[in-house]
Amino acid sequence: MKVIFEKSQPGRRASVIPRPGVPAAEIPEELRRAEPPRLPEVTEFEVIRHFTELSTRNFGVDTGFYPLGSCTMKYNPRINERLVTLPGFAQMHPLQEEDGAQGALELEWRLQEILEEVTGLDAVSLQPAAGSQGELTGLMLVRAYFADRGESEQRRKVVIPDTAHGTNPASVTMAGFELTHVQTDARGNVDVEDLRAKVDEHTAALMLTNPSTLGLFDENIEEIERIFHGAGALMYYDGANLNAVCGISRPGDMGFDIVHINLHKTFSQPHGGGGPGGGPIAVRAMLEPFLPTPTVVRRDDGSFGLDHGRPKSIGKVRGYTGPFGVFVRSYAYMRSYGPRLREMSEAAVLNANYVLARLKEAYDLPFDRLCMHEFVLSARSLKRDHGATATDVAKRLMDYGFHPPTVYFPLIVPEALMIEPTETETKETLDAFCDAMLAIAREAAQDVAVLKEAPHHRPVRRLDEVRAAKNPVVKYEFEAAKAPQEV
Amino acid sequence: MSHPFLALTDSDKEEMLRTIGVSSMDELFGDLPAGVRLGRELDLEPPLSEQELSAHMAGLASRNVDTTRELSFLGAGIYDHYVPAVVDTVLQRGEFLTAYTPYQPEMSQGVLQSIFEYQTAICELTGMDVSNASGYDGTTVTADACYIAKHATGRTKVVVTEATNPQVRQVVKTYAPGFGLDVVEVPHRGGVTDPEAIAAASHDAAAVIFQQPNFFGCLEPAPDLAAAANEAEALSIAHVDPLSLGVLEAPGRYGCAIALGEGQAAGNLMAYGGPHYGFLAARQEFIRRMPGRIVGETVDVEGKRGYVLTLQTREQHIRREKATSNITTNQTLLALGGLVYLSWLGPHGLREVGEACLSLAEHAKRRLQERGLELVFERPTFKEFAIRVRRNAREVVREARARGVHPGYALGRDYAGMDDVLLVAVTEKRTAEEIDRLADVLAEVAR
Repeated sequence: MKVIFEKSQPGRRASVIPRPGVPAAEIPEELRRAEPPRLPEVTEFEVIRHFTELSTRNFGVDTGFYPLGSCTMKYNPRINERLVTLPGFAQMHPLQEEDGAQGALELEWRLQEILEEVTGLDAVSLQPAAGSQGELTGLMLVRAYFADRGESEQRRKVVIPDTAHGTNPASVTMAGFELTHVQTDARGNVDVEDLRAKVDEHTAALMLTNPSTLGLFDENIEEIERIFHGAGALMYYDGANLNAVCGISRPGDMGFDIVHINLHKTFSQPHGGGGPGGGPIAVRAMLEPFLPTPTVVRRDDGSFGLDHGRPKSIGKVRGYTGPFGVFVRSYAYMRSYGPRLREMSEAAVLNANYVLARLKEAYDLPFDRLCMHEFVLSARSLKRDHGATATDVAKRLMDYGFHPPTVYFPLIVPEALMIEPTETETKETLDAFCDAMLAIAREAAQDVAVLKEAPHHRPVRRLDEVRAAKNPVVKYEFEAAKAPQEV
Repeated sequence: MSHPFLALTDSDKEEMLRTIGVSSMDELFGDLPAGVRLGRELDLEPPLSEQELSAHMAGLASRNVDTTRELSFLGAGIYDHYVPAVVDTVLQRGEFLTAYTPYQPEMSQGVLQSIFEYQTAICELTGMDVSNASGYDGTTVTADACYIAKHATGRTKVVVTEATNPQVRQVVKTYAPGFGLDVVEVPHRGGVTDPEAIAAASHDAAAVIFQQPNFFGCLEPAPDLAAAANEAEALSIAHVDPLSLGVLEAPGRYGCAIALGEGQAAGNLMAYGGPHYGFLAARQEFIRRMPGRIVGETVDVEGKRGYVLTLQTREQHIRREKATSNITTNQTLLALGGLVYLSWLGPHGLREVGEACLSLAEHAKRRLQERGLELVFERPTFKEFAIRVRRNAREVVREARARGVHPGYALGRDYAGMDDVLLVAVTEKRTAEEIDRLADVLAEVAR
């Protein structure tokens, strides 16, 4: 289909800007815009038609099953979308005086309290805008904590398992630390012997996802805790997989000192095609003085306020108090569950194990254990026996009306298919997905071309990613004589 | 008891446990050592039904004073511009709202094409060659740009003008130590930055960051600032207001390396600070150093045009510790709001909104001066200006609010020696009558 710039016709417009009714003022000539930007000239109806058509070329949780591992693609309750539009939330300026922001501050404070209880930790900063920013913020806290103890020169190393999300090592570098990699053992846990050999007085922290990106709870977590705390290092919990353990096991009780929570995963902020997210961090009391400012506090008189006066704070990591609309949705979501968050996690784990049980005969299972809220299969045998890769399986799933799982991650599993059903799906949907996966495994044996050529029923067929990267075209070329073939 | 967000019936559960080959839900959690189990119910308030939740949330919202209840001239980085209904309508499409990062392009052409169009719109606004798919907000994209500059130049210092939004400077300072960068601030002179001062500070700098219009609302001599930075072979980075770019020159046209900013003014509600989108655009030479997602055009196996995430070897999921940033989740939905808004505006609407802001702000300056208030800086401005209120500005804010008008931001919150200064923002939503009311109230309380 055309891009909106190709629909532009001079003389059309959607907006009417009220005339201000005051004398016109002008920008000094040397700073005035010479050429107008070539924004589209379209009617309001064309705007709606264009974006509605684009939406029909996209697939969301609302469209169908979306078992994208590590992303927790669950139902996003619509009441939350209504709540964020309340003028008292939506039309509120972030620099409004505290006495005009009591409802917002109370909401943030209550959300902090809930997150402290769910994580088993003592203090929360809501400011980070996404999980990876929570990671970076957490590592800045680690640095500040050791600097305060005079150990910042000594403790330069952060330990990360080979199953970690790519954000972990990227955050380590951005925070100015050095990486130490630790391996995974035969059961899918962190290799404790490898770990023991690598943790010493130069270690600042461990970053761990638990359950891991393999969907496995680390059975040696208590031993890992002893190793790190014994060496005087801190423990960082990547909360990407918190959906597995709410109300069942808390990162604080596992020994972690810093946790980030992905509000867009566990607590249902809609993913928005890539964002927004929310990445609050929860910490043990000894790290509280270093949290970003301002912090949301309840004062002795029961009012709520912002505390800017934290001399040991790392500073600000984002504007204002954080992505407030995300807080509204996640707070509402958590209030809808209360202590029943445990049932949410139980259902997520049950669904994942059920799908695993139905699929493990047809696909390789690298670690044959019960899983938590997600699991990783491998298409290694399909590839060896029939030439069908994880990508082929993923593309073929589209023809069956499902969004594919995460593929080729974690990196330690070849031809990985990482499947996270979430708790909100019916058994009928899970069965339909399993039937499709089993059918695809049979198709691979009978007629692999049907996989190789998939998808057959999407708006586009397989796209040439190499061409896109080799000669990047990253904006519409107005001058180009003729665009490639129109849809 | 069932829960509206949970789907399994008791008989489903039994059958599923049987298929798995376990006898109870507890058995599924057998890998958890006893010592790390909670062993009690979470200490949270009981669940609320949708109806109860609505009432509770309405109660919280009612204890906020928003711009429908208070005439507001508060800006300082976040602005009360009009957001048209088409934005709400598009963003509530479930196919956009409930999708994630378009890792599987055949499932995600809607998001991918809209990001491609967003990138085009941002490049048109800023005069740049390449835009990413969005960053968190106007503060973090500035920190991201410092990371680009550090790697592009190998230098260890960034220069930022003191007239740049304090929130932005604070975030840059938080990130800088991890990047191995020192931050040097250049003071303003009479509300704007002296290009000579930039020239003196930019020796050996990786980047020079300035804001146009600056935090005081004043128009910087931006082309001269960019030239001074370029002369020192530092990256010239302009932090710009997207809604000014219908009337103010595009940073790409006066030699900047990078243009970025807070997107909120263009298509997002203020929402107590977010979520919004930060935009980041650069000259072609920085394309492989850009942080975050970038969408590129390509063709499918039948030669049909389509879009994919591209240049992914920059990114954390492939490059890991050597990535150009750690960003993964970004602000796609808010950036889509920006694109829909800019499509609604078109080039004429963008210019008219800018002219309306400019003219109304000039009108407000005159009205306030007629009431005996003094401008702090006698400089050209866009939609915001600093005015002296002759007493503590925070007290003036309090007393004006008691009269139903939020008169602006007390600059003493961030700048020493400016305790008696208010920063007044006037968007196209304000009317001549509302400006008269501001003048009346300030004449009364700024004695």
